[in-house]
Amino acid sequence: MSMINVKVAAIEQVTPLVKHFTFVKEDGSSLPAFSGGSHVVVSIDIGGRVHRNPYSLMGSPMENEAYHISVRRQENSRGGSVFMHENVTVGMPLKITYPMNLFSLAKKGRKHILIAGGIGITPFMSQIADLKRMGANYELHYAFRSPEHGAFAAQLKESCGDHLHCYIDSNATRLDLEALLSDQPLGTHVYVCGPSPMVVATLETARNLGWPENHIHSEQFLSPPIGEPFKIQLARSNIEIQVSAEMSMLEAIEAAGVEADFLCRGGVCGRCELDVLETDGALLHNDHFLTDSEKASCKKIMPCVSRAKGERLMLDL
Amino acid sequence: MALNFKKETFREDYTYSNSDAAIKRFPFPFPEDQYMYSVNIEPHTKGKQGTVCEFTFDIDEHYVAECLDKKITLEQDPGRYKALPHMMDAQWDFVELTMEALAQDYPEHFSLKKQGLIWTWENKPLGIKDTFTFGDTSTLATEPFDYIGRQLQGDFVLLDHRDETLYADAGIVTSQADWSLAFNVGMSWREWHGPVPRATELGVMDRALKYLLNLQIGSPVRRLNWTMTVNPRLDTSPENYPHWGGERNTVNAENIGDLIHLRVELQTLFRLPRSNAIVFSIRCYLISLKDIATYPRWAKRLHRVQKTMHPDLIEYKGMTKFHPMMVDWLAKFDDGETLAIGTQPE
Ligand code: HEM
Ligand code: FES
Repeated sequence: MSMINVKVAAIEQVTPLVKHFTFVKEDGSSLPAFSGGSHVVVSIDIGGRVHRNPYSLMGSPMENEAYHISVRRQENSRGGSVFMHENVTVGMPLKITYPMNLFSLAKKGRKHILIAGGIGITPFMSQIADLKRMGANYELHYAFRSPEHGAFAAQLKESCGDHLHCYIDSNATRLDLEALLSDQPLGTHVYVCGPSPMVVATLETARNLGWPENHIHSEQFLSPPIGEPFKIQLARSNIEIQVSAEMSMLEAIEAAGVEADFLCRGGVCGRCELDVLETDGALLHNDHFLTDSEKASCKKIMPCVSRAKGERLMLDL
Repeated sequence: MALNFKKETFREDYTYSNSDAAIKRFPFPFPEDQYMYSVNIEPHTKGKQGTVCEFTFDIDEHYVAECLDKKITLEQDPGRYKALPHMMDAQWDFVELTMEALAQDYPEHFSLKKQGLIWTWENKPLGIKDTFTFGDTSTLATEPFDYIGRQLQGDFVLLDHRDETLYADAGIVTSQADWSLAFNVGMSWREWHGPVPRATELGVMDRALKYLLNLQIGSPVRRLNWTMTVNPRLDTSPENYPHWGGERNTVNAENIGDLIHLRVELQTLFRLPRSNAIVFSIRCYLISLKDIATYPRWAKRLHRVQKTMHPDLIEYKGMTKFHPMMVDWLAKFDDGETLAIGTQPE
């Protein structure tokens, strides 16, 4: 997979939990353009182990001098966000993927309703730049815990004006999804990014109101969850690998020197899919890619986010 | 190295021909003695010097003549260019991709100078020089995709990525193997691939689509497709079938080596950055059976591939009329020698 060498040009603390990082190309040349809603995967080396975390690009897609990401500190995550907060410094070189977009705007949409919760605002920052450039009809609904957690609220107020609607838990202002989604013109698309209860509620409300499936868009990066350690066997490589509690299966496979395909590393793209040849325990499917029946069949697994319980998991790799 | 562009035609008197160098670099598509559809997609990485994959877009000795033929076809039938309104970002992405690649790979023929968004493009072989503002359609005489699409060999389709599939929402198509842009525009992957026999049952189409939906910026892919055409005609469109369909009846055992051409499409696919669209580029190469037979290895391989061709494919590719005659003609070059896997001429 092609990677881009960047260095950290600036770091800014935006809220008590969120830092904003600016990346520029290490050789000073410009970065590729991208489309609103894109993300990059940032590789970081923590004590010899490479973590790869997806972050949405927040800048304007038309600006190719620098990329901007924001990272929320997740205390109980596997260390990626903590490392970004504590160990990444200005001037540090990093490797990122080319931008990819699993959350793109429907260009033929007549109206766009964007719903963000907390750090879920990030993919919308670049989408708004695109929507404004296209002169599209949109509304941004942004919910956060308390005024000091409203990263970018002021900046958004400036760029979106009346299109922005904020909901602040501590002020007891709440987003009424039912009301918002029940009275929209034909051809409206809804996009949601945020904590999983909010995403689920939005999807369910839209579906219950009869929204067509292809007008409902969500992005929810899964951080590979911490789990129990387990062992896997790779049939073609003829080796056994221990997957430790804080490593993903994909990371363990890579650390063992076996080439495995991947793309999003977040359980949505499908590229890392592996065939399960034998298993004695339950597979813990954490992805959004396989269908429920595929998950139940125990024949396939997405090693970037999924795990296993038990002693034996033989993969076709 | 400067290319020598030939004066030749792809219609009426058909003066098209390949130089020895062009024959040698021909993208022969058969690595094995049998052929069936497969997901034959690989990364479009830089190939060896002189090969058709050396550069992002291949420009060869036929460049000027092909652009002229494209111009004639577009004049006769403006419907060969079509772009739906939501594809404008993709159009500009396409301009950037192609102009940058050509200027970098063929600096003696093309140049691109940028001052911020003011770009100056010079195409020496076609005698074109224009200054325009990138992203501002009013600064070009035609739509941007039309503008640069005419200055490239081959056909291009811009695909919008939505609803977990690809839609052919823009195209400039003048050298197609019997399919129609006007008919296919706005269609989705499964719809336009509907007529292809056997591929759906083999699962080829679903897997290829899954792969393409994951296509990354900066990591283009390619594949080869092929058919057979009577005479070196680029415009074998359904629209102009009356002009070329009948030429199949002129093939006989004496002229078959000159008339029948292997038509190979080097298909490349690129993810476009601003639009998240995909461009599908179809670059057509033509070579007569006689020229193929200048390399015995190719003649033997082609004989075996054709002899064992699935009947559905013979029919789908429009070869029914001349196929037995072609196999007979090729048979005389085949001594039965075992050929290693590979497409090389020697
Ligand atoms: C995304 C861009 C693509 C477009 C716009 C496209 C379009 C088409 C069209 C219009 C046809 C002719 C169908 C007819 O007879 O009417 C065709 C044929 C076909 N396509 Fe695609 N295609 C694309 C990519 C691919 C890819 C990546 C594969 C990989 C497996 C593929 C496999 C085929 C095959 C096997 C045929 C039959 C060709 C023959 O036998 O001559 N296509 N395609
Ligand atoms: S890498 Fe995308 S699903 Fe695993």
